[in-house]
Amino acid sequence: MQVNNFEISVGPHIRDREDAKNIMWWVAFALLFPAAAATYFFGLKALILIIFTTLVAVASEAVFEWLAKRPITISDGSAAVTGMLMALILPPTLPLWMAAIGAIAAVVLVKGLFGGLGFNIFNPALAARAILLASWPVAMTTWIRPFDAVTTATPLFLVNKMYEIAPSYWNLFIGNRAGSLGETSVLMILIGAGILFYKKIIDWPAPTAYIGTVAIMTYLLGHDPLFGILSGGLMIGAFFMATDYVTTPVTVKGRFIFGLGCGIMTVLIRYFGGFPEGVNYSILLMNILTPIIDKSVRPRLFGEVKKRG
Amino acid sequence: MLQFSRLIYSMKTFGQGIHLEYKKESTKAKSIKEAIVPNRVVLPLQQNLGCPGEALVKVGDEVFEGQKIADSSKFVFAPIHSSISGKVTKIDKLPNPCGFDVPSVVIESSGVASRESPVAGQRLLESLNPEEIRKIVREAGIVGLGGATFPTHVKLTPPADKKIDTVIINGCECEPYITADHRIMLERAEDIIYGARAIAKAVGAKKIIVGVEDNKKNAAENLKFEIRNMKSENLIGVETVKTKYPQGGEKQLIKAMLNREVPSGGLPLDIGVVANNVGTAVAVAEAIKFGTPLIKRAITITGSGVKEPQNLLVRLGTTFEEVIAQCGGLTEEAAKVVMGGPMMGLALSALDLPVVKATTCILVLSKKEVKAYEEIACIRCGRCIKACPVGLMPNFLADYAKIKDWDKTEEYHVADCIECACCAYVCPSRIFLVQYFKIAKRELQLRKAVCK
Repeated sequence: MQVNNFEISVGPHIRDREDAKNIMWWVAFALLFPAAAATYFFGLKALILIIFTTLVAVASEAVFEWLAKRPITISDGSAAVTGMLMALILPPTLPLWMAAIGAIAAVVLVKGLFGGLGFNIFNPALAARAILLASWPVAMTTWIRPFDAVTTATPLFLVNKMYEIAPSYWNLFIGNRAGSLGETSVLMILIGAGILFYKKIIDWPAPTAYIGTVAIMTYLLGHDPLFGILSGGLMIGAFFMATDYVTTPVTVKGRFIFGLGCGIMTVLIRYFGGFPEGVNYSILLMNILTPIIDKSVRPRLFGEVKKRG
Repeated sequence: MLQFSRLIYSMKTFGQGIHLEYKKESTKAKSIKEAIVPNRVVLPLQQNLGCPGEALVKVGDEVFEGQKIADSSKFVFAPIHSSISGKVTKIDKLPNPCGFDVPSVVIESSGVASRESPVAGQRLLESLNPEEIRKIVREAGIVGLGGATFPTHVKLTPPADKKIDTVIINGCECEPYITADHRIMLERAEDIIYGARAIAKAVGAKKIIVGVEDNKKNAAENLKFEIRNMKSENLIGVETVKTKYPQGGEKQLIKAMLNREVPSGGLPLDIGVVANNVGTAVAVAEAIKFGTPLIKRAITITGSGVKEPQNLLVRLGTTFEEVIAQCGGLTEEAAKVVMGGPMMGLALSALDLPVVKATTCILVLSKKEVKAYEEIACIRCGRCIKACPVGLMPNFLADYAKIKDWDKTEEYHVADCIECACCAYVCPSRIFLVQYFKIAKRELQLRKAVCK
């Protein structure tokens, strides 16, 4: 048989342009919008915190993979995304060294030790935030007002625990309120999420189920539903955490259930739990349930024959 | 409002699937030309899905064009015929484009002009009964020419307890690049209709529908015109379906046109349907009208690695090399040769392989288009699940196949996979999903065979 130097591979011989790397960098791009809002409202310090945390995340992934003798995968963008997300859910005044510990915990403890990208059970940023919250509860709940940096409480805390007047809807929407770096500006989160929707990188089931459930349950409990969805970390959680591929279900139905569960847990923690905000823990709790959801929620098989009896 | 709802609902289709770049422009306006008769042909003795055949000739025998050279007593087999007149020079296991080396007959032209094709009998459809139609189809060696190569006479033999009401003629040609069926619909409409009527008569169906993707509107119009000409409107209809991959999958097309689902593990005849490709219908018509066996087939030779892309009517056993030479040869950039379409086709290592009944297309991709993809870990994006037209979970199936947990692959319905490759196409981690499923399917089949 004559030998030609033709490429041989299994099919398909054409592939979609979008690959995992691409997707990650698009997510990173989308996160620039809430990061910009954080810089605008909380100043240069916020920008430094975001850049620093991202760099630590990327560096710790490289070091960990080098130590573990694994291929260095920092170019896939996932460590950068984890670092950015990590920073965006930290309070603006957090010391840099604490943020660094958070980034290292996220990348090494929550992701790397579980096998790296694709194998982690928990959302790295959220799990690391939970670790920081348990370790330095005061630093992690010290909030400042935008622009003048006066220490204050978050709107959710004010309304839920102290029965004070909250900021206007408009200020909540644009992000002129106390809170974690990237969670305050609903507008910028929506712009970032809009890009990801347009690129078909995230889909509707989890965010809509999540936000919808929070709105409905808040209303049923006699609170203001609009305030309920505009405040706290709900928006960034719904659009950037509850849509994380690795730690949420793979089917459309499963993702809807995931969002539903997150919504219920969030409202329960907000109004009946010890914390003013429940987004972090509710998503982590639903991360635990993800394998079970994936096992039990399967797509309908074409030509499935109904079993009798 | 009515207008609006019509806009939404008028285009028939199946669930899920993907949209592709079709790249059919370079050959869709080129009519099918008869290829040069080769001096030497290599004819593998199995060119159908099912059982292999045994040679009826020996080295040194003189054979003539259209002479049956291989047969089998097995039911799921379609005979092989010589595609040229000449002398048998070799019978041996030889490489063929489908993978394994199989016993093949080599025939070299005697240099004398071909004798007239022997006519097995020119028949009139009206005078034939279903059994006679099946016999003619079998003797002509006809298989599904869409690429699956399932013997057509087997499809035309529904068990007595299954009533067939509809014959579907598949003119979707949903794989990118390929235009041979499109050309057949434009050039051979009359024979498609004739063949379809023969198929309907053989299975006792009262209705025929030709399904054409809406990116081939002129083909649909041409068929409709011919149907009116032949005054067959009450028996045969043409339906345009949405351009979406894999619309030409048998089960997907039946779902789109009749809203019936072939049961998991079942066949179209379980829901009263027999589906055949347009090229198959033409082959049936030729077998009945002229007694011509299947010794040629229409092939699209295309891709940026071919100098002059074309549609050719090629004699089986011609080498890929000779066929490509008739299209101006390969370009400098040619890097990968695929038999079939880019989604389900097989990459070939050499060009001295024979064209077989399964060869729908010869696609040559250039260096720019050929990328070595490296598989990374699944990121659980769920795109494969959204794309799968069968409703499988390709990500989990691949996980189980990788750890060789065949029981789990069975539980996750790997046997229902139609190998359309939608999942692998969309996979951002570039996982070779279909390949894992092919392996799992084979393992399960082997196990079944051992258990028996």
